[in-house]
Amino acid sequence: MQMPEGLTPEKAEEIQERLGPALEQVSEYVVRTRNLRKTYQMGKVLVGALRGVDLDIKRGEYISIMGPSGSGKSTLFNMIGGLDKPTEGSVYINEVDLAQLDAYELAWLRCRTIGYIFQTFNLIPVMTALENVTLPMIFAGVPEDDRKERGIELLRRVGLGDRLHHKPAELSGGQQQRVAIARAFANDPSIILADEPTGNLDLKTGKEIIGLLKELNEEKGVTVISATHDLKMIDVSDRVIWIRDGVIARIEERSKLQVEAALAVEDALIEEGGNSQ
Amino acid sequence: MAEAIKERASRGPTRGEIRKQIQLPLSEAFRISWRYVTIRLGRSLITAGTIFLSVAFLMSVFTMVAAAKAAGQELDQPTIARYTWLVTMGFLICGVGIVNALLMSVTERFREIGTMKCLGALDSFIVRMFLIEAGLMGLFAALTGGLAGLLLMSAWSAFRAGFSVLGKMDWGWTGQGGGYGLLAYYLLSVALGMILSVIAAIIPAWRAASLQAADALRTEI
Repeated sequence: MQMPEGLTPEKAEEIQERLGPALEQVSEYVVRTRNLRKTYQMGKVLVGALRGVDLDIKRGEYISIMGPSGSGKSTLFNMIGGLDKPTEGSVYINEVDLAQLDAYELAWLRCRTIGYIFQTFNLIPVMTALENVTLPMIFAGVPEDDRKERGIELLRRVGLGDRLHHKPAELSGGQQQRVAIARAFANDPSIILADEPTGNLDLKTGKEIIGLLKELNEEKGVTVISATHDLKMIDVSDRVIWIRDGVIARIEERSKLQVEAALAVEDALIEEGGNSQ
Repeated sequence: MAEAIKERASRGPTRGEIRKQIQLPLSEAFRISWRYVTIRLGRSLITAGTIFLSVAFLMSVFTMVAAAKAAGQELDQPTIARYTWLVTMGFLICGVGIVNALLMSVTERFREIGTMKCLGALDSFIVRMFLIEAGLMGLFAALTGGLAGLLLMSAWSAFRAGFSVLGKMDWGWTGQGGGYGLLAYYLLSVALGMILSVIAAIIPAWRAASLQAADALRTEI
């Protein structure tokens, strides 16, 4: 069994050497992919989920990756987040090639550089909101007092200051996603990856969550990359990347005009529904 | 916003910070594991109950053999064969029961393991957490289960063959006529229960931890 043991100082220095410069330098691009391909084996058939994706994402951008289900956007999300390995091609986070990282460095990156938000929230069910938010800080070795303080601060920031000790089951979907957002920001990452963050929420709550993400994007200068088919996202995105059949179909710069009509319809729906939550 | 971006880009961790970051706090793993056991008390009790019963059964078989010896039962060939059969079955039932319970309790948490990986947990931290959890549960359940098996079977033997049997049984480490006494068998049962629990938890936990995070998250039970 190949189980990494506790790191030696030498190893830590090596990681610092490899990842440190990337963190310190001001590179314009926080995420880059080159000829990214992913092929799944379904029985005897090979299915190309991604068929050559080249992408450059600037620091501080708010990006939406849009596309119908099965278009490969979740696969792209997993590749960028280092959650799965590409069949071919490379992903660079802060100019570091993910394929070159070992298990420690990948964990280090997931812990501090990337914050993940999922459609299904993925909170740890037995832990309270505060414990969920402080968990990534435990992995980062933050002392207990600092963890608590920062956890409370983050939960206040997402509007859950009065729900610190509630378990996920005692929270609504929107509140759970707020906890997940607070958790994603726990170690002050430079990238937030959100996979269908509004997929399990109603229109109004979804809109609030998108608003919160946009606020945090501007406030903290964090890059937000969101795989979604929620049109509400277009309004806040700096760029929208349309994926179809595993390739980029087109990239659109933000253009409010296009979506205003769609959003007006949704606003009307929200008002009609009132406080359905 | 531009300032925020600049500030973020200029801020890198110092070497000392990284060293601190990479230390995997055992006490923290212990604390989380303990919380898992106590918070999911109902689920833990079911798993622990299986370990308890398995070890109790094994220990009761050992006690029964010891009581039979003490009662002066003639140990002819068929009797020995019967007891060997019982002890073997005891081992098997104990083993299968424990492995089954622990496999289930870890497998139903694959998604959690995937989430922890996303949050930056090292594989070794995840495995260590499950090891501590299974070890704790295994130890408590096996200690009490072994004791229960011993006491119940002793009481049953005393009820059937009179209390004098209890005095003649080999309670210590070794038996009077050679071989081992009940203390040795008790420790054997407890050790077996605990080791099996740990192994049965570690293998699936390690498998889940070494999966790509995306695959662990996708796992549906």
